[in-house]
Amino acid sequence: MTSSEQIGIIDRIAGPVVQASNMLGSKLYDVARIGEEKLVGEIIRLKDDLATVQVYESTEGLMPGEPVYLTNAPLSVELGPGLIRQIFDGIQRPLPVIREKSGDFIARGIEIPGLDHKKMWDFEPSVKIGDKVTGGDILGEIPETPTVDFKLLVPPNINGKLEFIAKRGDYTADDISATVITPGGDKVDLKFYHEWPVRLPRPFHIRLPSTIPLITGQRIFDTFVPIAKGGTGAIPGGFGTGKTVSQHQLAKWSDAKIVVYVGCGERGNEMTDVLREFPKLVDPYTGGPLMDRTVLIANTSNMPVAAREASVYTGVTLAEFFRDMGYDVAMMADSTSRWAEAMREISGRLEEMPGEESFPAYLASRIAQYYERAGRVMTLGSNPRESSITIVGAVSPPGGDFSEPVTQNTLRIVKVFWALSKDLASRRHFPAIDYLLSYTLYWSALEDYYTKNVNSEFPKLRGEALALLQKDKELQDIVALVGPDALPPSEKIILEIARMIKEDFLQQNAFHEIDSFCSLEKQYLMLKTILRFYEKALDLYGKGAIVTDIFSHDAVIKIARMKYIDRSEIETSLNELMKEIDGLAPQQFGMEEDN
Amino acid sequence: MMTIKKTYEAREFKTVTEVSGPLMFVDLKGMGGVSYGEMVEIQTTVGERRRGQVLDISKDLAVIQCFEGTSGLETKDTICRFLGETMRIGVSQEMLGRVFNGRGVPIDGGGDIVPDKILDVNGAPINPSARQYPKEFIETGISTIDTLLTLVRGQKLPLFSGSGLPHNMLAAQIARQAKVLGTDEEFAVIFSAMGITADEARFFRDDFEETGALDKVVLFLNLADDPAIERLLTPRLALTTAEHLAYELGYHVLVILTDITAYAESLREVAAARSEVPSRRGYPGYMYSDFSTIYERAGRIFDRKGSITQLPILTLPNYDITHPVPDLTGYITEGQVFIDVGLNRKGLYPPINPLPSLSRLMKDTIGKGSTRDDHKYVADQLYALYATGRDLRDLVAVVGDESLTDTDKKILEFAVLFEQKFINQDYHEDRSIFESLDIGWELLSVFDDPYRVLKRIPAEYIDKFHPDKRDKKVDFNSVNA
Repeated sequence: MTSSEQIGIIDRIAGPVVQASNMLGSKLYDVARIGEEKLVGEIIRLKDDLATVQVYESTEGLMPGEPVYLTNAPLSVELGPGLIRQIFDGIQRPLPVIREKSGDFIARGIEIPGLDHKKMWDFEPSVKIGDKVTGGDILGEIPETPTVDFKLLVPPNINGKLEFIAKRGDYTADDISATVITPGGDKVDLKFYHEWPVRLPRPFHIRLPSTIPLITGQRIFDTFVPIAKGGTGAIPGGFGTGKTVSQHQLAKWSDAKIVVYVGCGERGNEMTDVLREFPKLVDPYTGGPLMDRTVLIANTSNMPVAAREASVYTGVTLAEFFRDMGYDVAMMADSTSRWAEAMREISGRLEEMPGEESFPAYLASRIAQYYERAGRVMTLGSNPRESSITIVGAVSPPGGDFSEPVTQNTLRIVKVFWALSKDLASRRHFPAIDYLLSYTLYWSALEDYYTKNVNSEFPKLRGEALALLQKDKELQDIVALVGPDALPPSEKIILEIARMIKEDFLQQNAFHEIDSFCSLEKQYLMLKTILRFYEKALDLYGKGAIVTDIFSHDAVIKIARMKYIDRSEIETSLNELMKEIDGLAPQQFGMEEDN
Repeated sequence: MMTIKKTYEAREFKTVTEVSGPLMFVDLKGMGGVSYGEMVEIQTTVGERRRGQVLDISKDLAVIQCFEGTSGLETKDTICRFLGETMRIGVSQEMLGRVFNGRGVPIDGGGDIVPDKILDVNGAPINPSARQYPKEFIETGISTIDTLLTLVRGQKLPLFSGSGLPHNMLAAQIARQAKVLGTDEEFAVIFSAMGITADEARFFRDDFEETGALDKVVLFLNLADDPAIERLLTPRLALTTAEHLAYELGYHVLVILTDITAYAESLREVAAARSEVPSRRGYPGYMYSDFSTIYERAGRIFDRKGSITQLPILTLPNYDITHPVPDLTGYITEGQVFIDVGLNRKGLYPPINPLPSLSRLMKDTIGKGSTRDDHKYVADQLYALYATGRDLRDLVAVVGDESLTDTDKKILEFAVLFEQKFINQDYHEDRSIFESLDIGWELLSVFDDPYRVLKRIPAEYIDKFHPDKRDKKVDFNSVNA
């Protein structure tokens, strides 16, 4: 971002919003550098020669009359090798580099490129001189981490014939990777990176239907409320209900090739937690450290609010870049409410007419545009690849009230709703996802996948379990009024089995080494075992066994321990357990007196 | 630290055009030269001097927020002197043991502070990659907190309270007893009062004095009858001082901020005076961001010795946890300690209800080597049984206790004992973590069949830690037990 000659003048400063005059010729959403310290800002309104700029750094100490430098470029990110394992602020400045320059506290006016331009990368070309290339084509590869190969792409808007391609060897991001002669006869030199404006979605060839689940290793998600690769989901919940832990679990265990995690206006220590933990955790799909597929963006709550507004766009643009390489990407944004509040704050300073709860009137369309950048697509290029971006946004509704505008506008767009419940959280039922209130609109599209890849009876088991939970809810209402004794034994069985589903299946310990991740196969077997026991309990009761005796049997304790069984032993152990359940006979239990 | 490099000559204007609420509008006659956030000295017609800060600035007009109130100001002859610097405070180790008002002026009769450094009160955000994850256990000597809501060095853990509840006693007790296990390292305490009464302030001061802790305490007092807008400044002065003590001088600092609700009201007052579009209950839309610039100043930093632990106190209007002040606080802080009006009514002290309370940093802090190996399981089990006990209590109130099983009856009994023996303790009682855990075990031993009832505790831990099964040769008063 080099500054041009033209210079505007600051007229007015109010918080993160600065007005400048003499700005004729600047374009909306161009970056401007404000004041003598050259703070980064973005032009968000133009009128005559007046421009309104939202500033990404603290404006304290700025004075009217100070210069404004134009860059004539929109807010962009650098897309090239070296994004993975990095932690950026909201406008793609690497935080560790900021720390080297300004110490433990973030100073202002620091200009740092998003990528390390000195680092050498080992490039291997996969095209040759004379080849015709078009936007999205792969020119070659760089092994960026042990598990992710960086694919050097022709930027979307370029096509032509290759006049030069770098040979195998070590290069920096600034070196010329290829030269393309366009059909118009122009020569275009490509580097190992290119820039892309964050507010402009990167193009793709076509959208594909979402028919493959994003496996998350979380039983409540995968079995009951699955999300598709390329899908959108929201996790709304009040504080303390486990939004962040759920988001971390998704970032850890999703079977995406790349994870982009945006900490948007949340706690500093949570990002520290990710930085501390991810390098130690093992990716269950590749065996490498989880950090080797993760890009972090941290714009914590106390960092400037305008950069928070930009951070989700920065994140989704990086996600699109990896999607264009052909990877399945999962993007988490924690929390989109803070992003919406940043919009509200800027809008308030602009004195715009407020909408609901003083959020700007364009809140709904901004949320919709953001989630629309998710999707399973066929990429650009002559060898298009199938890839996807799944977006999961946390929402922090004030007072845990889902009727507020951010939650409601989000739910109108996303197809998966994971409702966090304060009630479950206070009973330490984690993940505190309300299994009845939550929904997924992908189930019919994904059912086929489960039938083919897990087991043909999986959809039936899932339906049965959901029906039991629903019935349980109705019975619980009665119990609350008249006590459990009033229920007939057959309904007590339903209560007990529902309790098993809730405690032994849905509750999952994110901090337990084994339970933290649960494979689809294991989920299926666990559910099958519980329902097998249900069948048996009905059968035994029908033959006269006392219900409380049935549920005091050792098998119940074994069911409670299923979740802690290691993946390698799960099949044998659970088959054995099911055999034991099948073998239970009424004689082993106390019998009801004959009436 | 952010400092203003530019120095300006102080300039004076006598052109106040409007005074309204906490704000003053000054016509700059197109001369500009005033910066955003700059400090202003206001001289009234009778010669009194007050402080203000620029909130909105253009070449022609400065909007000034007056920390010491606007009563008595007039538009005609009031002099407005722009000081060419943002709000700063001189900090030094000498501040320990001293008392300041809400603007940082000494009010204890002692002399002025000779500063080591002059710092911007807003500080600068800690770089997330420089943060060290907090995981050192602070023993407060209070069973409920130590066992169920462990406080961690570098954490921000608010007390959610309400009028008529003993949150001040609790905060004072924590400040008095807080220590890091196995060290004699003491905490320096910084006390930032925002809009509390003179009585409450005196209570804290007396308590610190009584225990001889006063020379480790810095007090910043903005009392109920002090200017309301000054409250926006007080916590920032306190935290800037805390940062100097922690990160430059290596102290472990405990910052008590009381009362955040009064602070939020001042924020609302300024927003209303500026005719900003209000958000929930009239509070400004940026209250979350504003809170975060206070709360996020807690923490630890790599390669720096000290730490800042925050105990903000909030009085919940009508004990309503969904009120914007506790709500936005809860989204930033690392848990909350919920002080319960019902438990207080039963005469229990401290009336902390563990059920809606939480410490988010607990899980990585407790355990062998830090507290004790059984800590996690005992905490989970006590919590679960107390929760069940409270549910059963509600059920019994509706349907009577005839339908209860024997275990249920025992759980009811447990819940009563838990409140009386575990939650309840004396204001001067300093229980070690081992004592607290053992009281927990004692209560858990009312159940005849521990393996079946204590589902949250693995069998091998019951074998080792259950009072009836303990090996007499093992020292259970040790983090390595």
